[in-house]
Amino acid sequence: MSRPAVEPVIGLEVHAELLTASKIFCACSAAFGAEPNTNVCPVCLGMPGVLPVLNRRAVEFAIRAGLATGCTIAPRSVFARKNYFYPDLPKGYQISQYELPLCTGGAIEIVVDGTTRRIGLTRIHMEEDTGKNTHDAAVAGSLVDFNRSGVPLLEIVSEPDIRSPEEAGAYLRTLRSILQFLEICDGNMEEGSFRCDANVSVRPVGSSTLGTKVEIKNMNSFRAVERAIAYEIRRQERALADGEPIVQETRLWDADREETRSMRSKEYAHDYRYFPEPDLPPLVVDAAWVADIRARMPELPAERRARFERSLGLSAYDADVLTQRKDVADYFEAGVAAGAPPKDMANWTLTEVLRIVREEKLDHALVIRDWPVSAAQLAGLIRLVADGTINRNTAKALLPKLRGTSQDPAALVAAEGLGQVSDRGALEAVVADVIARCPEQVAQFKAGKEKVLGFLVGQVMKASGGKAAPQVVQELLRTKLAE
Amino acid sequence: MPITRDDVRRSALLARLSLTPAEEERFTADLSHILDAFTTLQALPTEDVEVMRPLDSELAPLRDDVVTNPPAADALLAGAPDLHGRLFHVPKIIE
Amino acid sequence: MTPLIDSTLQAAAAGVRSGAHSARELVDAALARIDAVDARLGAMLTVDAEGARAAADAIDRRQAAGEPLGPLAGVPIGVKDNICTRGLRTTAASRLLERFVPAYDATVVARLRAADAVVLGKTNLDEFGMGSSNENSGFHPTRNPWDTSRVPGGSSGGSGAAVAAGECWGALGTDTGGSIRLPASFCGVVGVKPTYGRVSRFGVIAYASSLDQVGVLARTVDDAALLLACIAGHDPLDATTSTRPVPAYVPGHGADLRGLRLGLPREYFVDGMQAEVDTAVRRAVAELEHLGARVQSVSLPHTPYAIATYYLVATAEASSNLARYDGVRYGERVADAGDGVLEMYQRSRAAGFGPEVKRRIMLGTYALSAGYYDAYYLKAQRARALIARDFEAAFAACDALVTAVAPTTAFPLGARTADPLTMYLSDVLTTSVNLAGLPAVVVPCGFDNAGLPIGLQLIGRRFDEATLLRIAAVHEAASGMRGRRPPL
Repeated sequence: MSRPAVEPVIGLEVHAELLTASKIFCACSAAFGAEPNTNVCPVCLGMPGVLPVLNRRAVEFAIRAGLATGCTIAPRSVFARKNYFYPDLPKGYQISQYELPLCTGGAIEIVVDGTTRRIGLTRIHMEEDTGKNTHDAAVAGSLVDFNRSGVPLLEIVSEPDIRSPEEAGAYLRTLRSILQFLEICDGNMEEGSFRCDANVSVRPVGSSTLGTKVEIKNMNSFRAVERAIAYEIRRQERALADGEPIVQETRLWDADREETRSMRSKEYAHDYRYFPEPDLPPLVVDAAWVADIRARMPELPAERRARFERSLGLSAYDADVLTQRKDVADYFEAGVAAGAPPKDMANWTLTEVLRIVREEKLDHALVIRDWPVSAAQLAGLIRLVADGTINRNTAKALLPKLRGTSQDPAALVAAEGLGQVSDRGALEAVVADVIARCPEQVAQFKAGKEKVLGFLVGQVMKASGGKAAPQVVQELLRTKLAE
Repeated sequence: MPITRDDVRRSALLARLSLTPAEEERFTADLSHILDAFTTLQALPTEDVEVMRPLDSELAPLRDDVVTNPPAADALLAGAPDLHGRLFHVPKIIE
Repeated sequence: MTPLIDSTLQAAAAGVRSGAHSARELVDAALARIDAVDARLGAMLTVDAEGARAAADAIDRRQAAGEPLGPLAGVPIGVKDNICTRGLRTTAASRLLERFVPAYDATVVARLRAADAVVLGKTNLDEFGMGSSNENSGFHPTRNPWDTSRVPGGSSGGSGAAVAAGECWGALGTDTGGSIRLPASFCGVVGVKPTYGRVSRFGVIAYASSLDQVGVLARTVDDAALLLACIAGHDPLDATTSTRPVPAYVPGHGADLRGLRLGLPREYFVDGMQAEVDTAVRRAVAELEHLGARVQSVSLPHTPYAIATYYLVATAEASSNLARYDGVRYGERVADAGDGVLEMYQRSRAAGFGPEVKRRIMLGTYALSAGYYDAYYLKAQRARALIARDFEAAFAACDALVTAVAPTTAFPLGARTADPLTMYLSDVLTTSVNLAGLPAVVVPCGFDNAGLPIGLQLIGRRFDEATLLRIAAVHEAASGMRGRRPPL
């Protein structure tokens, strides 16, 4: 019996921590990494009698995300309480949005294998993050830290429009890049500032009804998301083929064992008892505020890619690679601003700089700050090559010397006497000497073996300590050998 | 809608209250009695009524995004039933 | 000369400013009064003798140095124990918070201190404000100073009893469904329940967030107006406070009420109302009419739905507000917490909350739970809008409404504890005001045959406390009720 063709149906829920200075409902620092329970106050500890007051910038960031993804911004949205008990939830409820979220109905375009697909967004809403339960081998039970409690979150819910693990990965990368370009989320999956849960179901191809969906949690990298979804699709396909029921449940991804495992479902179902948060008035967003935020929107990756092609004349490929990360795009543009021709800057950035960045895993930082050379220094080097002061190899060799300094490449070249020798008088003697030392090769060249010229140029370069301008050397050799 | 003992147990679990059998019995009777008295409300036509929203006017501005809280003083944590360093200790979380 | 303890709040503060007496003398007089009578009343849960004396001494030093002093200079004030006081135990009369010491002041307490009041101590209440008689205190009930076999009303019963008994010159209370007005009426003092959003709730332990409001209890209308002026106004820590400026609350004595239109809601003269209460309210209305007010009958047709609406909305919010008492960050945790977090929650909460609090958490949880939300919570929220509309319609024709506060005077302890619903019906004339977010003032208007006080409730338009205080002051002056004290 052949298996019926099935297709996966995937929806993703992303939680993105917003890069505000303070928390969403109190004036505590939202920074990551402080000593346990130091960035806390009565409000984010849920002490008796305290009240939430909404952070304006958190709303602006949420609106930015909504505008960037084509959402409708609700003129009036409502915060709601999601009631449940958990040690990391100080109030016994999470302030979230439920019936009337801030943003609805946008979409994100993704490209997989050259095909562009549009993934719909159901909603983007605002909520507060919880604290964190930690474990200490020496202590039975859990230890709770509330530094993260009250950090503003966006919950971004996609439509079930995703059809493969690759599309899920592309969706997440695109979404993360949008949030990073908007400067509202650092997108760090390992530190948990960008988190993803997946809803996965399968159905016969051609069916328009949805199968029983399974929620997958505990995926903390893009790779984990892709692998977990792939695993879950296979598991559900097998179950379907074997005539086993698919249970609606939450499963956890175990990255070590490469499988999803059922979270032993509780004896009691959750009943979140949502109701409008009486401590916060409805969030009113007028058209003028939205217009103002729209006017101040940072450039998005797609817009920037188009501009790099259109205004700076880059190839589609170069423009695409340079706009994968905001820090890389910024680096490239800083070099252009410092006077490097765009194509040369793109070339040097993509080959030399990003090679070192990858080798040294500098791109593991959320925002690369420790560049091998600054954009201004690289622009300086490019200018020196362009005007013939140094050659390309010298320029490459200078990269390590410039590292960690703020030195001007021109000054370094001058100080180390590395300028190219293009003075014909000085070179003529060297050329004459090489011709005298290599009668065999000279004879071969004269007999028509053009390739030998390269050898002779190399001998001149070597004799000049690499400083000779190759163009000039070649020209001099041809003249002399023609005599 | 009469309230059953199971309804009471379910609400008690959601509210994280352990009830004695006597309390379960008492609350089943009390809640039934109270909600019976409230059935007049069910007869009130409210389909077209929009839920009241006080304070749509005179709204205060939202808070500026500035950190003004100092790092938490020990006093803020001092009342915890079981403090482990600066962390709150709880028994095993069984999901 | 009036003994210090019997002076008005205004006079007590003026005396401190002028140097006629010291703040320390006021505090000592109040402490002596508490020593003398509170064992019989149980109005105070915590008396901060040391803190109050230190605060008084600091004020006296500033007075001696010629520094200007605030409007409440040196006056001892009682603070309901569901209002957080920095460094001073705040329990909400719950065993669960028996040892809770806040690291912060509620905004209203900070404002009292800024006005140079002295926080004398914390007054008793029904646990978390849930009750109408003060019998639901997790520690001990409060008794009515006019007859200690009777309740003082709830939930701000400790504040009502303390002010009536002269233990302090004024007190803060909170009112979610009548919790300032019922004790004011039962104890024969003035009570003000401000408009929702007029006074900050920051630091006030929440019972039902959309209904709770802090207000004041005092011996005279002037004193209540002064206290209200000190605590009212926008608070950046409470997003539900209004930015509307606070007007001067000058009750205006001797003024008549010409041009004022008063409404008598028909539905508020309920079956089973005690005859003396009915008589006292009608006599008060006649007096107000005599002083120039025009009186007309009005209808608030949705009044019969108020109790059900109130108890559904309030308990739903309460079930959520009280979820934070989980024994993790503060509060009590049972010693035998079991071997998992679920049991720790269940046992700690079961041990810490009293029966009425549990009942309301259960009712509210049920009203919000899947399958019942629309029938109970949402239905109640819609009925609430209809109740608010009734008032809007009434205020198109009149400037204030005049009603009784409760159908009866103070009842004996134990009389209504058997059936929770009987107790809930004590709030039949007060809950609508909270549902609609309106201000109300209670002023004494007479005594029943047993000598128990009867209160008059004045209900106004949103943010129109000033009109209510003016009417109350005129009535107070005309009725001869001002300064009547229980014979303790």
